Amino acid sequence: MNDLRDLYQEVIFDHYKKPHNFHALAEANHIAHGHNRLCGDRITVYLQVEDDVIRDVSFEGEGCAISTASASLMTDALKGKRLDEAQHLFDEFHGMVTHEDVEPDPALGKLEVLAGVREFPARVKCATLAWHTLQAALKDRAAIVSTE
Amino acid sequence: MELEMPPAASEIARWRDDFPLLREKVYGKPLVYLDNAATTQKPQSVIDAESAFYAHDNANVHRGVHALSQRATDEYEAAREKVRRFINAESAREIVFVRGTTEAINLVAQSYARPRLQEDDNVLISAMEHHSNIVPWQMACAQSGAELRVAPVNDAGELDLDLFAKLIGRGTRLVAVTHLSNALGSIVPVARIVDMAHAHGVPVLLDGAQAIAHLGVDVRALDCDFYAFSGHKIFGPTGIGVLYGKAALLDAMPPYQVGGDMISSVTFGKTEYNELPYKFEAGTPNIAGAIGLGAALDYVSSIGIAAIAAHERDLLDYATRMAQGIAGLKIIGTARHKASILSFTMDGVHPHDIGTILDHEGVAIRAGHHCAMPLMQRFGIAGTARASFSFYNTHAEVDALMAALTKVKEMFQR
Repeated sequence: MNDLRDLYQEVIFDHYKKPHNFHALAEANHIAHGHNRLCGDRITVYLQVEDDVIRDVSFEGEGCAISTASASLMTDALKGKRLDEAQHLFDEFHGMVTHEDVEPDPALGKLEVLAGVREFPARVKCATLAWHTLQAALKDRAAIVSTE
Repeated sequence: MELEMPPAASEIARWRDDFPLLREKVYGKPLVYLDNAATTQKPQSVIDAESAFYAHDNANVHRGVHALSQRATDEYEAAREKVRRFINAESAREIVFVRGTTEAINLVAQSYARPRLQEDDNVLISAMEHHSNIVPWQMACAQSGAELRVAPVNDAGELDLDLFAKLIGRGTRLVAVTHLSNALGSIVPVARIVDMAHAHGVPVLLDGAQAIAHLGVDVRALDCDFYAFSGHKIFGPTGIGVLYGKAALLDAMPPYQVGGDMISSVTFGKTEYNELPYKFEAGTPNIAGAIGLGAALDYVSSIGIAAIAAHERDLLDYATRMAQGIAGLKIIGTARHKASILSFTMDGVHPHDIGTILDHEGVAIRAGHHCAMPLMQRFGIAGTARASFSFYNTHAEVDALMAALTKVKEMFQR
């Protein structure tokens, strides 16, 4: 049986109550908006990318404990990462929250506290909303905004 | 109906025995099913009616000359008559079987409204409609250049009837409002709305998806022109619903879908349409579903909508009082006339988290925007947690809900 404490770990509450990097980013050159149709949650992810390195990253929006903590932890994890490293983190994170038999990659670090989500299929979208929005910000040319 | 006493606990226990699903456990805990506004559970008699049809009578309707086809047709038409009686329609010709409320409203939007709508015309809805009573009108208006007018609700979740009256104008071709709000539980004074609209010669469609299982519906007393509801929200199967329409209006409407069973003769040059209601029932219908719905209406009638309403009022009053005792809990939807729905937010806790934690206590509720995103925007929230009651719910289940909500608070206040 899945345990609520596996989902709602102390770290999740900490990041929900005081999310890190929770603001707009004036220097952002990639922005995307994410929307969870199921619950109406919205998120905006801001990225400042230079020479294929994420110099700064932040987010704004309104969401549940899982989606807010996931976004907060994601922004912490992405700072200073190369784009290929960010992609690797996305793949590993996605694998961790959707596959029960996958051992989390050590590269995930603190993101591992979200592993419990895989026991709660209805909440996987909450955990991945920020990450899918990140993907959109990085991939969608139209989402690239000027800093001028 | 107001004077009916709430039933004794022993009677509610007997009702519960009719619903096998209510004996289920989740996470090892007894199920407390409070998501009745999404869909209701089914009594054994409905399950048996569908099963018996497939085991003994299955054949296509209105086609075969063989015995089974006749039996299937008789049962299907008997179900239509049960619907007619349940909502007190004048004639079974006015009862069109559809997939559900959504299809019923789409039918009226495309077959009644769209051909009549022109630029400068408008359709009037309210701010507390379900998406299924917004988007079909939005589409018909976009197709014709007409305007979709939205009557506002106050902070309690009640329509401002004076304002509503002012929005009905010369160009108004149809008024479409809910009978009972799925997100707030407000009972809409639909009889008065029908009077106001009819004073301008404007027909009214009522979305009865929520109301049908909680309020007595008498389409002739209401004098509404269309009434739409789904079988699964009144203890019947999914995939079957009803559009009631006054015969004169339905007669004047073109078919919504075309194909088999809805024709009287076909040549490659010209097709003549079948009579009501078959004109609107193209293709093989959900025969077993209609029969199941008929059994559900029999079941509800055997208990009586007055007894149901009395118990649900008692439950909602109790739940409201208990909820008001939880600090940080805010009830969304405080209309004076309400039924069956307790929608709320909690300070510092997202509805989705409430839903997950309650689920682990065996308490099933809905969390989110309830397919009423414009209404959520009106209240400045992304969503609510919603407990929705049925006549088979008990005071003990309300207590279980409140105990689970206390757990939510404890978890988030660590």
